[in-house]
Amino acid sequence: MLSQDKRHVIAKRIAEELMDGQIVNLGIGIPTLVSEYLEDKEVFLQTENGLLGMGPLATEENLDIDLINAGKEPVTYLKSASFFNSADSFGLIRGGHVDVAVLGILQVDINGEIANWAVPNQPILGVGGAMDLVTGAQKVIVAATLFAKDGTSKLVNKLTYKTSGIRRVELFVSDYAVFKFTEEGPRVVEMLEPISIEELSEKVGFQLEYLNSPVEVN
Amino acid sequence: MDKVVESHEIRKLFKSGDQILSGGFGLSGTALTVIDELLETDITDLTVVSNNLGDLGQGLHKLFIQGKIKKAIGSFFSINREAVIAWSKGELEIELLPQGTLAEAIRCGGAGIGGFYTKTAVGTELAEGKEERVIDGERYIFEKAIKGDVAIIKAAKADRLGNLVYHTTARNFNPMMATAGKIVIAEVDEIVEVGDLDPEYIVTPHAYVDYVVQSKYSKVGSEYVESR
Repeated sequence: MLSQDKRHVIAKRIAEELMDGQIVNLGIGIPTLVSEYLEDKEVFLQTENGLLGMGPLATEENLDIDLINAGKEPVTYLKSASFFNSADSFGLIRGGHVDVAVLGILQVDINGEIANWAVPNQPILGVGGAMDLVTGAQKVIVAATLFAKDGTSKLVNKLTYKTSGIRRVELFVSDYAVFKFTEEGPRVVEMLEPISIEELSEKVGFQLEYLNSPVEVN
Repeated sequence: MDKVVESHEIRKLFKSGDQILSGGFGLSGTALTVIDELLETDITDLTVVSNNLGDLGQGLHKLFIQGKIKKAIGSFFSINREAVIAWSKGELEIELLPQGTLAEAIRCGGAGIGGFYTKTAVGTELAEGKEERVIDGERYIFEKAIKGDVAIIKAAKADRLGNLVYHTTARNFNPMMATAGKIVIAEVDEIVEVGDLDPEYIVTPHAYVDYVVQSKYSKVGSEYVESR
């Protein structure tokens, strides 16, 4: 599967998790693609630079460069929209008024703690809203291909990249499987690739378990 | 009372070593004309508080190129490669804060609050050296309020007294910064008479604003262009 296709598989699966009426913040990268798969769900998109009710990306016809998303791309707004300042916007986030944050990650450990802001040995000087979103959203869904370009698993025993916070995220949607984080560790909710849990465990480097026993297919 | 001044008149309001609060997220909501006036002064050693340092060759990035910035406090500098290089060579100090912490610290600074406890960044590198306490069973860190010597604000409209309204996401950090500067300069696209703005829709009351400057920039397609 091409990497672009994998990204869309992940985005589409995450869209299934979102429900009518929810306030949702989509991070940069794969999370942004989720908006393409919302279909007729009434989900209200928040962007942390001060807008609730974000619409599609702007076109040449309706471009207003004051009006941007958190990735600094020109966007539009819907009829239901409201604008507010950055302190109020992060009050929404930190105060638990955002139902779901969908975030990209570099790593997630077996306790559901994520790293998504700094790469070791690289002078990355940006954190943006990542830590506020991890801390404050009611539910955090993380999105990434399961394996990095060099083949290493992004689901790890212990983070080797810098942590984004101590909160346990709820769900990790990868191109291979969907993982739910429980007190006992990550559990596979669903396979997205035709691969056995034994094969996947071998690739990841530790034993994985299903959340519920998979239904036998006769 | 009329707070409207010619843009060149504001140069004298700055001095070397000042801490400047600059609104804006990317270039949206940035006081580009005020920044251009700062470039005409010989002041230096500025500490700039802003989400990021402008965009390549635009906004605060011009101040950086001119070597006027000693320290930057903000949340996202990765996009600005030259600033990252200057930081790694020790030529630029950078204090990185989560975006929500930055916004709240400025809000506190303007509201007479010394600081606040937040769960954001607990257990991370950005919490190192910060006081931690447990409130109702959860871990929080203390973040100090931020104030400025001068705040440079970008709004859509001002009346001559300095009441401000904003446009879409160009609002961002501006309303808080307008409360947290000893001197507050508002650059606006349009200046109207007192009474022309509906009091129900004023976001920043004139009490916070000291000077109003007409912006020389306008939006042309995907750029802010100096046009006056």
